[in-house]
Amino acid sequence: MTNSTSTAEQGSNRVKRGLAEMLKGGVIMDVVTAEQARIAEDAGAVAVMALERVPADIRSQGGVARMSDPDLIESIIAEVSIPVMAKARIGHFVEAQVLQALKVDYIDESEVLSPADYVNHIDKWNYDVPFVCGATNLGEALRRITEGAAMIRSKGEAGTGDVSEATKHIRKIKSEIASLSSMSRDELYVAAKELQAPYELVAEIAETGKLPVVLFTAGGVATPADAAMMMQLGADGVFVGSGIFKSGNPEKRAAAVVKATTFFDDPKVIAEVSRGLGEAMVGINVSDLAAPHRLAERGW
Amino acid sequence: MAGSHRPQVGVLALQGDFREHAAVLRGLGADVVAVRRPEELTDVDGIVLPGGESSVQDKLSRTFGMAEPLKQAIAGGLPVYGTCAGLILLADSILDGIAGQQTLGGLDVVVRRNAFGSQLDSFETDIDIPELGEEPMHAVFIRAPIVESVGTKATAIASLSDGRVVAVEQGNLLGTSFHPEMTGDIRFHAYFLEKVRAHAG
Repeated sequence: MTNSTSTAEQGSNRVKRGLAEMLKGGVIMDVVTAEQARIAEDAGAVAVMALERVPADIRSQGGVARMSDPDLIESIIAEVSIPVMAKARIGHFVEAQVLQALKVDYIDESEVLSPADYVNHIDKWNYDVPFVCGATNLGEALRRITEGAAMIRSKGEAGTGDVSEATKHIRKIKSEIASLSSMSRDELYVAAKELQAPYELVAEIAETGKLPVVLFTAGGVATPADAAMMMQLGADGVFVGSGIFKSGNPEKRAAAVVKATTFFDDPKVIAEVSRGLGEAMVGINVSDLAAPHRLAERGW
Repeated sequence: MAGSHRPQVGVLALQGDFREHAAVLRGLGADVVAVRRPEELTDVDGIVLPGGESSVQDKLSRTFGMAEPLKQAIAGGLPVYGTCAGLILLADSILDGIAGQQTLGGLDVVVRRNAFGSQLDSFETDIDIPELGEEPMHAVFIRAPIVESVGTKATAIASLSDGRVVAVEQGNLLGTSFHPEMTGDIRFHAYFLEKVRAHAG
C-alpha cells in the first residue's frame, strides 16, 4: 500500500484539546476505588477522575490533600477502558510528571488539593499529557489556557453539593465571553489588560464567541437537574465529584445524571430520571463556609 | 417542497463532538438535524455518528430507543458515516469493548476499540486516501480504534504506514478511525454527502 511516510505527532495542541472535544455532552465522575470506577463506567461516565478522597471528605477531614497513590491510580486505569484523569496540586509540576509517567489520560491541576505553589501554576506546555484547569471567570480561564491548559472547568465549590457557585462561575465566564463579542478593537486592548490575558487570545474569543478549548462545569453538582441546568447555561459537559458516591444509590444516580446531561433541555426526561434516586448527598451551603475553606478561591 | 434539493442530514447527538460535524455539513449546504429521539430519524437522508465515548453512546442509544430504528435504517440502505466512536457503533463486531457493549452493526469489519493505548499515544499524521484525490489527508487519532479485519463486503480505503486499516467503505456506509471534522478538510464529508444526495434522489 502506498503511503505518505510523514511522522506521527503526539502531544500536539490539537491532540490534547481533541480528547476533551470527545468528552462533550458527557459526565466525568470522581472515583476513589477501582470498584467505584467500574460503577461509573457501567453507568455511562465518559471518563473518571481518580483520587484518594472526594472533595466532601477532604473538606471534612482537613489536612493537606495531595496527588493520589500511584497504586490507586494504576488500579483504576486497569479497571476501566474509558479515559482516566487524576489530580495534581496547583503548581506541583513533579506530581504532574508522575501522573504523566503513570499514563493518565488527563491531569487536573486542581484547587481541590492543597496548592503547592501560591505564585505559579504548572507550565503545562512541558507535557504531552493534556491538562484541565479550574476557573471562576474568563480571565482565569485565559491565563490557564495561556499556560497550556487544553480544557477548562468552571470551579464551583467542590464537596458542598451546593450548585450556586458552579452557576455563578459558568454564568460569569459565558457573560464575559458575550461582552467581548460586542467590543471594538480599541476596547479589546483594554479588555485584555483587565482580564490579564494575552490580547491575541482575547481577540480570538471576541471573534469566535467561545473559548478555544472545551468548557465543562464542576463543583457542587449533585442531581440530574443540577447537571441539566449547567448544560442549559452553556457547559459542554459536567464533572460530578462527591455528588454520586456520597449519595444513597450511586449506581442509579450516576446513570440518571448521564441521561439528564444528554437530554438537558427535556424536562420530561429529567423528571423521569430524577424519580426514586434515594438520598442526595447532604451537602453544605457555601454561604456557611468560612472564607478560608472556600476552594474556588485557590488559584488566580 | 418542489425544487428543494438540500439534503437533510442527521447527526446522532447523544454525546460527543456532534456540533463539529453539524458545522462541516452545514458549510457544505446540508440541512442538519440533531438526532436524539427515534422520531428525529424519520426525515433524514443520511446520518453521521460522531466521535465521543462509544460505550456511552451505545448505552444511551439503547436506553432511549435509538438503537433499533438506527439498525433498521442501516439495513434499509440509509447512508451512514461514523468517525471514531461512530465507526465502532457501525462495526459488525468489536474487540475490547466494555462489558456488555453492543454495536449497531452493518459494516462488515472487526474494530478494536482504543487500539493505540492511552491519550499519550494519540497522534496526528498525514494519510493517503486515493478515493479523495492525490492530496494526503491530515488525520487526528484520539484514543482511536483501528479496523482489525475487513470482511468481504467492506473495502479498506485508507491505512497507516504500518498497514493498519483506518478507513472503510461498504456501499452507503463509511467509517474512519480519525476525525475529519476537527481539521477543516471537508473531503470526507463531501464524499458522504454525495452518497446522501444519491440516496435522497
